[in-house]
Amino acid sequence: MNRGILKFAVAALALGWMGLAVAAPDVGQAEKQGLNIHAIVMFFIFVMATLGITYWAAKRTKTASDYYTAGGGITGTQNGLAIAGDYMSAATLLGLTSMTYFQGFDGYIYCICFYVGWPFIMFIMAERLRNLGKFTFADITSYRLDQRQVRTVAAIGSLTVVVFYLIAQMVGAGQLIKLLFGLDYWIAVVIVGVLMVVYVTFGGMIATTWVQIIKACLLLGGGTLVMLLAFSQFGFNFETLAIKAVENSKKGIALMAPGAFLSDPVTAISLSLGLMFGTAGLPHILMRFFTVPNAKEARKSVFVATLCVGFFFTVVAIMGLAAVTIVGTNPQYFEGGVVGTKLLGGNNMPAMHLAHAVGGNMMLGFLSAVAFATILAVVSGLALAGASAISHDLYANVIRRGQATEAEEVRVSKRSSLFLGVLAVLLGIAFEKQNVAFMVGLAFGVAASCNFPVLILSMYWKGLTTRGAIWGSIAGLVSAVLIVVLSKAVWVTVLGNEKALFPYEQPALFSMPLAFFMAWLGSVTDSSVRATKEKEAFEDQYVRAQTGFGAAGAAAH
Amino acid sequence: MSTAIYERIRNNPKFDILVAKRSRFAWTLTAIVLGIYFAFIMIVAFNPKLLATPIFAGGTASIAWPIGAGMILLFWLMTGIYIRRANSEFDDINAEIVKEAVE
Repeated sequence: MNRGILKFAVAALALGWMGLAVAAPDVGQAEKQGLNIHAIVMFFIFVMATLGITYWAAKRTKTASDYYTAGGGITGTQNGLAIAGDYMSAATLLGLTSMTYFQGFDGYIYCICFYVGWPFIMFIMAERLRNLGKFTFADITSYRLDQRQVRTVAAIGSLTVVVFYLIAQMVGAGQLIKLLFGLDYWIAVVIVGVLMVVYVTFGGMIATTWVQIIKACLLLGGGTLVMLLAFSQFGFNFETLAIKAVENSKKGIALMAPGAFLSDPVTAISLSLGLMFGTAGLPHILMRFFTVPNAKEARKSVFVATLCVGFFFTVVAIMGLAAVTIVGTNPQYFEGGVVGTKLLGGNNMPAMHLAHAVGGNMMLGFLSAVAFATILAVVSGLALAGASAISHDLYANVIRRGQATEAEEVRVSKRSSLFLGVLAVLLGIAFEKQNVAFMVGLAFGVAASCNFPVLILSMYWKGLTTRGAIWGSIAGLVSAVLIVVLSKAVWVTVLGNEKALFPYEQPALFSMPLAFFMAWLGSVTDSSVRATKEKEAFEDQYVRAQTGFGAAGAAAH
Repeated sequence: MSTAIYERIRNNPKFDILVAKRSRFAWTLTAIVLGIYFAFIMIVAFNPKLLATPIFAGGTASIAWPIGAGMILLFWLMTGIYIRRANSEFDDINAEIVKEAVE
């Protein structure tokens, strides 16, 4: 039956594409960028290849373990690429290039903050995650605690992160595709939503993993190529690149040092904490650790992912600096053809204009297709993580109290991914005109404050009890959301109030310590019989965390 | 059943040695990463001018860039150092302990 639906979906999609081809020229004229044939052809090839993989993956997805974690059969290197594919979004490529273009070194600081969570995950979390987890990170937090209560709050935390992250990606996708491909906003959002649901529902983790691997290779390859072509114009000499950039930027020599954007110490520290520990609390990233067979491969995957992410951030920084000269002095990339006015297509465009400047329409088309593929890979990972939180945590363990069969669980998961897809499309359309920049920050803030503290305490602190875990999660979630809502980003920019009620936009410095404190307080004041048992159960969990004995997947294969 | 095996693993003196060694190694590396990273963030927050120093006297490119790239490279190499030891030495002891407990 599934295969029938898949064929139908492919046919529907193909039909949609033909419809677009007919309808598109009209749309193209309405936009600043015309219909980009190169990009559409290349993206079409990507979609066909990934749908082929989804078809292949669907035949291999038989058990719940296949569906959630590809049966634990992904190798360390493959998983490392997939993690990188999950983590590097289109915002990385466009946003960070643009930030380096406008702000110089501040852009690279941002990159470093995004990067530094990875070594931390390697040393402190990777092997314990693999040894204790099965399908979702709530498997770990609820290991020796009350299944229903702990999983409920963990699922709320996961879904909050997933939904905010999805909205940010959907809105970004719609605007980007409208611009790059010359398609209507809503059409772009619907295409992303449909493809995401098809990958996740039919191909589960196997298809999602391969979409992410292919995308990671395309992104790394495409980015590196553009960077090399651009850098060659400066003779691969960083000093020459810097001199030219300083000459041609409005900011001048300020490009070379941290600037006003991080001048407030509280914001700088809070942002760096949030990005670092938020990475270690993102449900779609944590889930990837359960797709490898053992701790050894889990470590290898972090090693590969760290390399890819660090390398790509450096590529992006060089692209941004090179664009200052190559794009910033070329009138063809400015509105009205006047250098120094508004960039054609908006502030996120330096990477795309740079691709066009060094490689013509072909390169622009390629990088546009890569950006589209990137969005698809990220939203698929998010949708799968969200669907798993609903089916594995809420449905199977909270509602059915662990009595659901595998088939029932997977069926609920597929329906959940469809539900999340529809929700993402609707929210994506609803938020079209909104400024959604704060949503990624909010997702990281909630991940760092609601998911991370309880996860790390459950693995390292014997004294954590159910009550402590609940207090910690809720305190982190509520405080992170409240701070963001009351800060300038939402209270003034989105809601249109006069003055922000909270002076800082980055929640982590405040909400993370609060979550740890509440988790501690709730645990030490908990003298119930259940709490005593939970502390005793830490012993067995500790041995399993350290040795991997009894870990999921190891026995089944 | 598995509780009995966990008990046996725990009572094996090698288990304590493994845990102590691996924890010390992991936390040392973590402390180095966090130390360097937050030192960098403190400089960014409190003394950004320092990073504007040119690489060559009279040059334009600042030391901020190679310091940033150096941090990324160093942290990656440290993950490499960790898995080199964890995937051989530590995993070998680990396998021994599990084997002795199951027998």
